[in-house]
Amino acid sequence: MTVQIAVKRSVVHGSFTITRNWPHPPAKVFQAFADRDAKDKWFAGGPDLTRLSREFDFREGGREHVAGRWKTGVVSTFDSIYLDIVPNERIVYSYTMHLDDRKISVSQACIELKPDGEGTKLIVTEHGDFLDGYDDAGSREHGTNFLMDALGKSLEA
Amino acid sequence: MGADPLDGKGWGLILKYVLNYQTPLDLAFQALSDPTRRAIMERLAGGPATVSDLARPLPMSLPAVMGHLKVLEDSGLVRSQKVGRVRTCRIEPKMLSEAEVWIGERRVLWERNLDRLGTWLDETKSEGEQS
Repeated sequence: MTVQIAVKRSVVHGSFTITRNWPHPPAKVFQAFADRDAKDKWFAGGPDLTRLSREFDFREGGREHVAGRWKTGVVSTFDSIYLDIVPNERIVYSYTMHLDDRKISVSQACIELKPDGEGTKLIVTEHGDFLDGYDDAGSREHGTNFLMDALGKSLEA
Repeated sequence: MGADPLDGKGWGLILKYVLNYQTPLDLAFQALSDPTRRAIMERLAGGPATVSDLARPLPMSLPAVMGHLKVLEDSGLVRSQKVGRVRTCRIEPKMLSEAEVWIGERRVLWERNLDRLGTWLDETKSEGEQS
């Protein structure tokens, strides 16, 4: 059932930062990343994803893996390696994402935990290379239609 | 293949993100909130056009049309080039690049995860923490 489709090779580079403040100490937030049971409660899942396989080895050089099937039937696979871990302060890992058999991105994520009064300021920074694009993304019509659709929805809200 | 892990709800969340944060898209949405400017965009989606081409079907003065074009240009949706006395306008496709869609998608996944993490932290008492 494998269909060979010519892939147009491309790379798009992107990065972003997300910041959150929580009234919980850094040690507790760190634990939510370092402990498998704790991380399973919030990471890479939710009601829309059926878990297919899972590995978790939280140490420098250790690997983490999550594969799951979305309601659409698409299987997404996350494979990462931990590159830097400073307890209660910092986690850096590099990872690939697959949709079915297609590798869509190679990224590096940095999680920083900073004391903020009694709580924690969390900073997530990602740099990524997005590989080979969406099917027909980038065309003028596609972009325009997306904007128009988005505008329409925003006006309905 | 074209399949996407984000269903309609996922795209809605991306949209919510896009609308709630300061991004270049803010200006684009503002620019598109006007029916005349949407008509200009629809015309330009068919290909580049001169300012007078764009103005001809519109029930308003040329300066008024140029005002609308300036809003579209400032938003990054349209760019124009003057050759001699003729100014030609075209849609700037980079406005909505793959990178923006991708970053928006990846961000939304993180935001969802962090929402769940925040809830988990609130619901979980750790040692020494007062309830």
